[in-house]
Amino acid sequence: MSAGAVGSPGAPGTPTAARTAAGTSAGAGIAAPAARSTPAATAGGPGATLPVAFEDRMATVDFRVSPQAHITVDGDACRGCTTRACVTACPANLFVPTADGGILFNYEQCFECGTCYLVCDTAGAVTWRYPEGGHGVAYRRS
Amino acid sequence: MTAAGATRTAAEAARAAGTPPGPPTAAPAASAAATGLVPAGDFDAVVVGAGPAGSAAALVLARSGKRVCLLERGPYPGSKNMYGGVVYPRILDGLLLDWWEDAPVQRWVTRRATMTLTDDQALTIDFRTESWGRPPYNGATALRPEFDAWLAAKAVDAGAVLVTSTTATGLLRDRPGGAVTGVSTDRPDGDLRAGIVVACDGVNSFLAKQAGLHGPVDPANYTLGAKEVLAVPARTIEERFGLGPDQGADFEIIGCTGAIPGGGFLYTNRDSLAIGVVLHLPALATAGVRPEELIAGLKAHPAVAPLVAGGELVEYSAHLIPEGGYDMMPALAGAGILVAGDAAAMCLAAGIWLEGVNFAIASGMAAGEAAAAALAAGDVSERGLAGYRRRLQDSFVLQDHRRLRHAPHLLLSERVQQRYPQLACDIVEDLFTVTNPEPKPGMRRLVRRQVTASGVRLRDLAADTWRALRTFG
Ligand SMILES: Cc1cc2nc3c(=O)[nH]c(=O)nc-3n(C[C@H](O)[C@H](O)[C@H](O)COP(=O)(O)OP(=O)(O)OC[C@H]3O[C@@H](n4cnc5c(N)ncnc54)[C@H](O)[C@@H]3O)c2cc1C
Ligand code: SF4
Ligand code: SF4
Repeated sequence: MSAGAVGSPGAPGTPTAARTAAGTSAGAGIAAPAARSTPAATAGGPGATLPVAFEDRMATVDFRVSPQAHITVDGDACRGCTTRACVTACPANLFVPTADGGILFNYEQCFECGTCYLVCDTAGAVTWRYPEGGHGVAYRRS
Repeated sequence: MTAAGATRTAAEAARAAGTPPGPPTAAPAASAAATGLVPAGDFDAVVVGAGPAGSAAALVLARSGKRVCLLERGPYPGSKNMYGGVVYPRILDGLLLDWWEDAPVQRWVTRRATMTLTDDQALTIDFRTESWGRPPYNGATALRPEFDAWLAAKAVDAGAVLVTSTTATGLLRDRPGGAVTGVSTDRPDGDLRAGIVVACDGVNSFLAKQAGLHGPVDPANYTLGAKEVLAVPARTIEERFGLGPDQGADFEIIGCTGAIPGGGFLYTNRDSLAIGVVLHLPALATAGVRPEELIAGLKAHPAVAPLVAGGELVEYSAHLIPEGGYDMMPALAGAGILVAGDAAAMCLAAGIWLEGVNFAIASGMAAGEAAAAALAAGDVSERGLAGYRRRLQDSFVLQDHRRLRHAPHLLLSERVQQRYPQLACDIVEDLFTVTNPEPKPGMRRLVRRQVTASGVRLRDLAADTWRALRTFG
């Protein structure tokens, strides 16, 4: 039943080749901003699992991207924000501060969790709804 | 399925034929299902959300002869859902005979442990019993895309119509501010009218919010769970965790989330491990450390690293938990609408317990029963639906929640999160450190010494102990 649907043709394979240490994504796209070095990346002993670059982490997840954005962020509203709560809290790391004090946001690899609209207390900064039916994240092994 | 044969959507037909619903763009579902999705008045009940709560509600309603539509925004049930990894299945006994014969179980949990970590210490309370590995079982690891689809299929078997890839976008009412009479969806002509709506739409429950059943939304009532699924061969898992072929382990972890109140978990699937953290939102917003960094720290801990070594990341995921429990629950019923599962904050998150699936199923069942009774009586007003709360009050759902209503505050408090793990580990380290040629210190002196060193005031320790006894006792 579901098992058949789970491994859909659109599901990306798991990253095996691009297994690099965090911190290599200098020129990477929006989904992989400023890769932060993780404790494991620096402190991983012989028993530790390998660190995973953020874009590889996100490449393990199946997203059926809708042509329409389900979340929009008003970069102007963000300019006055001192907390930048979304930047650390978004598990998909989709909020990227820009040099001019704004926020760059891309909805495509979103878990639809709701964290961003809850932690943001600037009215109007985050406009949030679910993607249209059938689109967005599709977990297979969680 | 038979009851729904005439009106089922293309998506339904595909499902019934055993064809997995493909990506929406490729499926004919979008257009065919859109027009004439449902002739008005075609359903007695619309259940929104094919998670455990929704499928249980739809199953009960269908069994009582009601025409029920089970609406799911994902391409298949479970596609939007992640959790730690253990279903506590006692509630299924009353719903499905011998459910364990075909439930999509990864491993039967025979070992439960609670780990208290500091940077370089670990204190573990570890319990195992062979009896949990035999029917009727006590807990099972399962993957949500499989488990949720299995439960939804049971509802379909009973006659419910499952419509996937369709998002409920709002409530329909008989007049502005009046009784709920259905939901609008994102399909063209996608309004679904029904005698009653059961909102099982999960933690963000925009439907219950739109119905005015929730109070003001407070981020302090939520935690974020983030998890990694790591591929590890089955035999390796069994060797590392000391398990038989079908046996599984369930580790709850405290002291692994730095300055952010929360906790961690580690569960065994058949050939993968689920490891993750649960983080209190207000602190996550300001702590300057990201969820995956905390998972990496947990995986690197000396007590955890050997268990997960070599595990290859095969899926990363995240989801909110309604952590606030009893005190954040919405009104459970309004005219024409009931709220169940995470949508009603029914998930029990109280330290050593993280149980949501069973609470969702139980509340879904109660909602299904109450809705069927109200429909039969022809009264779906708030009064007519009062049986829902009564049913929950008579069951573990509200009884556990009421008893544990102060647990979230206690467990997320600074002392429990930051001080006591260190204190407990230091006391045990002292206890087991051989001091020869000095004689062993007495237990009382040892504890007093460590409490003093920890900076915890005895008064606070006593108060917290008392609070813990009152909460959990
Ligand atoms: C990190 C984490 C760990 C957890 N660990 C455990 C555990 O080990 N054991 C346990 O028992 N519980 C656990 N839980 C809790 C458990 O996952 C939830 O309590 C449970 O899933 C609630 O079930 P539900 O049916 O109410 O909601 P959900 O499972 O969230 O289902 C809601 C459904 O509604 C659908 N939906 C939402 N909105 C709409 C809409 N507008 N239109 C159509 N469909 C919609 C969603 O796609 C989803 O399928 C955990 C949770 C998290 C986040
Ligand atoms: S989205 Fe909200 S929290 Fe994030 S930067 Fe903008 S205003 Fe601040
Ligand atoms: S919903 Fe969750 S994953 Fe998506 S942008 Fe907001 S915080 Fe990030």
